[in-house]
Amino acid sequence: MDASTRAHASVGGPGGGAPLQLPKKPFNFGRWFSATGWRHVVGVVMVVFALFPIVFVVSSSLNPHGTLTGSNALFSKIGLESYVRILTDPQVPFTTWFGNTLIIAGVTAVCTVFLGALAAYSFSRMRFTGRRFGLISIVVVQMFPQLLAVVAIFLLMSAVGDLFPAIGLNTHVGLIMVYLGGALGVNTYLMYGFFNTVPASIDEAAKIDGAGHARIFFTIILRLVAPILAVVALLSFIASVNEFVVASVLLVDTDKQTLAVGLTKLVSNPRYADWSAFSAGAVMAALPVVALFLFLQKYIVGGLTAGAVK
Amino acid sequence: MSTATDDVREDAPPKAPKPTKQQRRAASIADQASGGIKMLLIKIVALGIVDALALFAVFVLISHEQWLVTGVVVAVTALVNWIYFSRRKLPAKYLTPGVIFLVVFQVFVLGYTAYIAFTNYGTGHNGTKEQAVSSLMASSLERVPDSPTYGVTVVERGDELGLLVTDPDGEALVGTNEEPLHEASGAQFDGDVAVSADGWTSLKFADVLARTDEVTALAVPYSDDPNDGAIRTPDGSKGYLYTSTLEYDAEAGTMTDLSTGTVYSDTGVGAFTAEDGTKLLPGWQITVGFDNFVRAITDTRLSGPLVYVTLWTFAFALLSVATTFFLGLFLAIVFNDMRMRGRKYYRTLMILPYAIPSFLSALVWAGMMNQSFGFINQVLLGGADIPWLTDPWLAKVSILLVNLWLGFPYMFLVCMGALQSIPEDIQEAATVDGAKPWAVFRLIKLPLLLVTVAPLLIASFAFNFNNFNTIYMLTDGGPRDANAPIPVGFTDILITMVYKVAFTGQTRDYGLASAYSIIIFIVVAVISIIAFRRTKSLEELN
Repeated sequence: MDASTRAHASVGGPGGGAPLQLPKKPFNFGRWFSATGWRHVVGVVMVVFALFPIVFVVSSSLNPHGTLTGSNALFSKIGLESYVRILTDPQVPFTTWFGNTLIIAGVTAVCTVFLGALAAYSFSRMRFTGRRFGLISIVVVQMFPQLLAVVAIFLLMSAVGDLFPAIGLNTHVGLIMVYLGGALGVNTYLMYGFFNTVPASIDEAAKIDGAGHARIFFTIILRLVAPILAVVALLSFIASVNEFVVASVLLVDTDKQTLAVGLTKLVSNPRYADWSAFSAGAVMAALPVVALFLFLQKYIVGGLTAGAVK
Repeated sequence: MSTATDDVREDAPPKAPKPTKQQRRAASIADQASGGIKMLLIKIVALGIVDALALFAVFVLISHEQWLVTGVVVAVTALVNWIYFSRRKLPAKYLTPGVIFLVVFQVFVLGYTAYIAFTNYGTGHNGTKEQAVSSLMASSLERVPDSPTYGVTVVERGDELGLLVTDPDGEALVGTNEEPLHEASGAQFDGDVAVSADGWTSLKFADVLARTDEVTALAVPYSDDPNDGAIRTPDGSKGYLYTSTLEYDAEAGTMTDLSTGTVYSDTGVGAFTAEDGTKLLPGWQITVGFDNFVRAITDTRLSGPLVYVTLWTFAFALLSVATTFFLGLFLAIVFNDMRMRGRKYYRTLMILPYAIPSFLSALVWAGMMNQSFGFINQVLLGGADIPWLTDPWLAKVSILLVNLWLGFPYMFLVCMGALQSIPEDIQEAATVDGAKPWAVFRLIKLPLLLVTVAPLLIASFAFNFNNFNTIYMLTDGGPRDANAPIPVGFTDILITMVYKVAFTGQTRDYGLASAYSIIIFIVVAVISIIAFRRTKSLEELN
């Protein structure tokens, strides 16, 4: 199927030559279908597959009093009551969770980018003993994800909490610090690659003009690599929003928890849960991330592709 | 001017001749001069804050007698100051902040995990032997039948409650749960009973009533010897002597149950054990060597789950990568046609699953796949009763399906990028030579594509190998395996098993969980070494 249609596709002429010839011929549905029409069929099928859970959750979030069963009739009732319910229910501190998540993920993203960029700059621009070893160790250490060491992290942070309650167990600072353990990692590697594409002659010119390394880094390089910084910040942000294991172990009090921990507990049994309130929460939680994602889409695709074709 | 050019050389590619000592010094002077007074100020303030925090930490650590940690903090602070005040060490200045976090929260915890794997740490074994002794004694207190009545006053110091006790001789003593009774200084008496003492706030009657639970839970040791018992008060005004039904013999290291006469002794298993094998819990933390590993592999009730969980982990990771990659590749080929209109809209809609935080999507899917109430059974399949998440095999299929939904957009984007980077003239040349399109794809495009995406496929495998969220949110590892002594289910992967052993259920077994972690470490390490050998992607580093 695939091969034969591709044969048709390339008969029309390789590459960009095809569109030029099209206007001369009369429209022929068969030819159109075998060239691009079937692609639309695939596209529609995939879009339906990709969207139906999203449609489902949006619909059930608009259902005023929906259980899981009640949510099955899509868009049968429309109302914002479930949004009001999850925002005001004293048992479910949704806004607190939301705020916690934004703070933790935001601070982690900014610090990760900063620490990663510092490291990437030194790896990219300086030559020193242990540089190759350092780069390789960062990649190797990252092979072992933090969540494997979650027991040790928990015990470490509870020991820290006995001595310094401000940064120990059940604190946001503590959780952010644990996340920053991964600041030098794949992200640094991604940034390192991008830093290398900025010509070193720019640094040299700035040095001749009398700029020190710090000034070059902060005022010149960081601006030139802004796209990759945005990508890494977004990836780190999404990773922290998504992170469940360490957050659930370190954040004990309900008021301290993040959306991932709180919402998961909320629907641990979807049958009995207030499903439409959860859906409302899910829509609100996903919106900023999706918006950010679509806004930065161009950069993200570029970043992924850069990784792919390196 | 000449100093500036020397400076440039310092950062030039490695082929450049190494700068002489003099040149380096000139370079760093130039660097200093160009930094400006503002930079210097920021640096000094930042280092000042770091040092102040370190100093505070050192005081706290010394007051808790944590000598080793104190030493580490002092050494690290000294190193940081040396690096930032030095005129060289330029790379270190940029690397230090990230490396500190990396060392503490990645490297150290890794080593710590290994250490815990060799201990019996967990529920019932989470303290020292002394803590276990006092906790055992405290939990088996019984009132001495002919105990004299002590006048008591509930007192407070900070958040800690204590008892001010007047013994029958009229002497005022004070103590807390942690601190045995000792002479109270500056005691004031009201009649025969001491009512206040220096350094303590006496609780008013109303406060005592309000905190009844805390007050009745107080058990102030009579002396340093736990066998002397403790003073407790049922009402906050009269106290009685309680002694333990257990007797601790520090010399012999044995616990004797006075009511039955059973002798429990320390047999090296981390708990007082009677001859018939019964243990007194809580016990204490000891190093148990390879016990956890041996247990995980040889205990048939544990090794069965370990085997099927490991196999499923591999199957899950491999199949997830394979399904998402092939769907993504197929879509990339389909949409990689310039003549197709609206490709941008399709792409934006199709990558939406990738943009939504995966824990949310997985929870939504869990709702939709609910057997009796879910959207899929009720609406799509018209009231079918398919156990999507509760049948061992179907649950695996469901997980792969949901993971396909979550993962195909990423592979689509990646393949799209990789395809577009393959030059068009390769295809032209092959077509001119008479190659069929399928042959062009299979023999030319796919190999070229694989070269570029192989590292990403390996990364994706590694990610899915530890893809906690999908499993945990969707099935919670279920359906549960009733025969296993640990809370493990048929769709658990290794990492969710570690989490469950360590943090859910009645007993938490940190030692066993860490042993599992170490087993995963080894598996991941072996895979990555093989993978890197094959792709040689590290050769790019120079």
